[in-house]
Amino acid sequence: MSATLTASRRPRWSEKLAYLAYQIRRSPLTMAGLAITFIVLLCMVFAPWLASHAPNALNLAERLAPPSAEHWFGTDEVGRDLFSRVLFGSQQSVGVGLFVAFASCFIGGLLGCFSGVIGGRFDALIMRLMDIMLSVPSLVLIMALAAALGASLFNAMLAITLVRIPSYVRLARGQALSIRQMGYVKAAQTFGAGRWHMVHWHVARNAMPPLLVQLSLDIGSAILMASALGFIGLGAQQPTAEWGAMVATGRNYILDNWWYSTFPGLAILITATGFNLLGDGVRDLLDPRQQGK
Amino acid sequence: MTMHSSTPVLTINNLSLEFPAYKNNVKALNGVSLHVNPGEIVGVVGESGSGKSVTAMLTMRLLPERSYRITEGSLSMLNRDMLAASEKELLQIRGRDAAMIFQEPMTALNPTRRIGRQMLDVIIHHQKISASDARQKAIALLRDMHIASPEQVLESYPFELSGGMRQRVMIALAFSCEPQLLIADEPTTALDVTVQRQVLLLLREKARQKGTAILLITHDMALVSQFCDRVYVMYTGAVVEQGCTNEVMGNPQHPYTQGLLSGLPEMVEPGHPLMTIPGQVPNLASLPVGCTFEERCPHSMPVCAKRPNLVSINGNDQRKSACWLPVKELS
Amino acid sequence: MNIAAIHTVTDIAPEILRLNDVRVRFPVSNDWLGRPKGHAHALNGIDLEVRAGETLGIVGESGCGKSTLAQLLMGLVAPTSGELNWVARKNGEGRNNVQIVFQDPQSSLDPRLPIWKIITEPLSARGNAPRAKMRDIAAKVASQVGIRPEYLDRFPHQFSGGQRQRIAIARALSSDPDIIVLDEPTSALDISVQAQILNLLAELQRARNLTYILISHNVSVVRHMANRVAVMYLGQIVELGSAGQVLDQPRHPYTRLLLEAVPRLGVPLHAEQIAAPTELPGNRQLPEGCFFRERCNLCTGGCEKPQAMKGNEHHRVRCHVKG
Repeated sequence: MSATLTASRRPRWSEKLAYLAYQIRRSPLTMAGLAITFIVLLCMVFAPWLASHAPNALNLAERLAPPSAEHWFGTDEVGRDLFSRVLFGSQQSVGVGLFVAFASCFIGGLLGCFSGVIGGRFDALIMRLMDIMLSVPSLVLIMALAAALGASLFNAMLAITLVRIPSYVRLARGQALSIRQMGYVKAAQTFGAGRWHMVHWHVARNAMPPLLVQLSLDIGSAILMASALGFIGLGAQQPTAEWGAMVATGRNYILDNWWYSTFPGLAILITATGFNLLGDGVRDLLDPRQQGK
Repeated sequence: MTMHSSTPVLTINNLSLEFPAYKNNVKALNGVSLHVNPGEIVGVVGESGSGKSVTAMLTMRLLPERSYRITEGSLSMLNRDMLAASEKELLQIRGRDAAMIFQEPMTALNPTRRIGRQMLDVIIHHQKISASDARQKAIALLRDMHIASPEQVLESYPFELSGGMRQRVMIALAFSCEPQLLIADEPTTALDVTVQRQVLLLLREKARQKGTAILLITHDMALVSQFCDRVYVMYTGAVVEQGCTNEVMGNPQHPYTQGLLSGLPEMVEPGHPLMTIPGQVPNLASLPVGCTFEERCPHSMPVCAKRPNLVSINGNDQRKSACWLPVKELS
Repeated sequence: MNIAAIHTVTDIAPEILRLNDVRVRFPVSNDWLGRPKGHAHALNGIDLEVRAGETLGIVGESGCGKSTLAQLLMGLVAPTSGELNWVARKNGEGRNNVQIVFQDPQSSLDPRLPIWKIITEPLSARGNAPRAKMRDIAAKVASQVGIRPEYLDRFPHQFSGGQRQRIAIARALSSDPDIIVLDEPTSALDISVQAQILNLLAELQRARNLTYILISHNVSVVRHMANRVAVMYLGQIVELGSAGQVLDQPRHPYTRLLLEAVPRLGVPLHAEQIAAPTELPGNRQLPEGCFFRERCNLCTGGCEKPQAMKGNEHHRVRCHVKG
């Protein structure tokens, strides 16, 4: 019952897109995830145009003003418009989250592929290193790294990336080990292919689907982690708008000024949920069930 | 030829089935009709896409429930409508009244449990006897399969046994409740030829002993000619020829059957090119309206634009072919 | 094609490969120090010569060592003892170029590579493979196996099983080999597709003067294609000779048993000896003397000694009774 497409032509882009749309339509949750992610990314990119005020503009006359027509989310303790700060804050939290997710996936994936293909002592060494990294609670490790390197956005990103690498390494290595058993890899061995050729041509490509799924599920938690770092003061420093930092500062004012922590907090919640739903949807789409057809 | 009573153990009548897919539905079965009489050995021969495995799986209702749609026809086994049977009824039927063995015994047996455990599970599920009685029965069944040390086999895991041994365990299990119908889906394809021979002889011996009918699904024509009383040849989800094995193999009427037989390596002198059927099997999602074999047929005629029905040959109701060509006599 | 004609072809062709008492064993089940507790003796003394332009058929059941032999020929496994002698090519380059076509066209092609890349992978794997040149080579070879050049950018899952095997054959041809090892090339294919592939292989052999080593358990395919046939049992060759002689007039008791079990059209199954042991003994502990002793109905006095190949150039048998 295999589709013998040699008589038919290759599907055009529009057809592929229509099929994708058909599959997404079948899952309302995925659609919701897609919608949220889309909106968040729009906010990220078009923040300068969407914001009503400059995010760092002080206006002491209007400190801690409740949400109104002029300040949709109210203002903070130095009169900065919270709506604009939330919009610009997306660039920090979501930007950092996306960056660390992709970076750790890429580095971890490559390392895992090579580890699986090379095997032997190299593989054993890498895996023990990963075991060590995984044995320390991630937030503690990040805090330690960030504190040692100094509190800044770049160091925070570095720390989070490093901490997230081991799970990708293990995933990629597992994939590499099973791909090594496949007929086409044995065939490549008979052609005299070296390890670089194996990874480049065969292992990396075929290991991608589970890595991509893991990536899409990870973005949500990477965003949470970035916000968590901001919350404890490591990460982007004042006056840069950052959701976690805003929630943290808002704690001091929360009893009388509910809007300060709430809106950035809601932003974190909705964004992370959106990416998670999308990730679930991507996992279902890339399921063998679909590839079996 | 065995004597048989009038009601067949399996009757499939004009069955059509499709798998819903994105744009076009995959029409896996297009009006299949076949029957198996008690005690008979019937073969179903075909290539990929012929629908033979789908038919076998459907008979035991093993296809995932919501993945297919029956568009017409009926399927009844032992006078029960299998298409309408409830899950409870199916649990009773499977293993007791009808059994099935598959191509890959390694995947049919649970690799993490010992053979004894698996056999006892099946036997106790259908027959309310004690565990020790079931064990005795299992040992007797294995001994029946000419396995020298049954106790040892019961204690082994599937991976410790060879392919032929595993298949014999599967056959023992299949016969454990004395079913009236045994469906064998390519049971020997994965086995060596000497083991294949032994397994087939065993199957036949047991079937004749217990009066079990066998429905054998295979792509191996030579096997069918050795083993089956009657044969159905399937192509793109329909039966294109049927009849007594000797007659179908000796004097095939349908061009597809003729093509299959003449393409076998033993049909030409070594070193000479083989006869081939041009083209390839049409896409099941977009079957032609008329005869589905027409585009590859050396004898295609204008009338082939209309789909031929299965017609009896020379008045023999059991010998049929779905072709507009006149009957070809043996020269 | 009568037997005399086959003999003339293989007699005058030069040898391109000779195996001398090749033995291969693999360590199994290591103890806690990592030392092997036992060995799987896959090949136990193979003496074989391969002549240019012929098709040598290797027949046997599972456990006979034919897959290890294929790996040996491809250079994936080194002999534990004995040697492989490759005759140098006419233009002085090193060893002959050997390629392989595997049994399962589905798993032997990378599902995520377009087929032009798959076809030219043997060249790319060794480096120095400019893209345009590779595409040209792929187009040429693909058309020789019946795949249209406009399909070069497609992926394996868009082709049928038979076409995938054609792609695998194209891949084996792209580096212009002298010898192709065919490891069960049609076992995973439908009968009608098998006929097409066998015809293609025969045509390619004639056009390019290829040497085939055909490993198969399907006796009718081997009978159809091979000039000479070697029958393997438990890592040894028990009978070797021209296809007509070995397959039509077998001498070794195992060959007879094997051929008798092959289903033939119109020949009914005779029920006898269901209980006779039908599987090869394990290769951890090799039997004493003749390996086939346990299953042989001609077992007599001299069988407890290891058997040697007896016979002439054209037909050799490893049996003192039948040799």
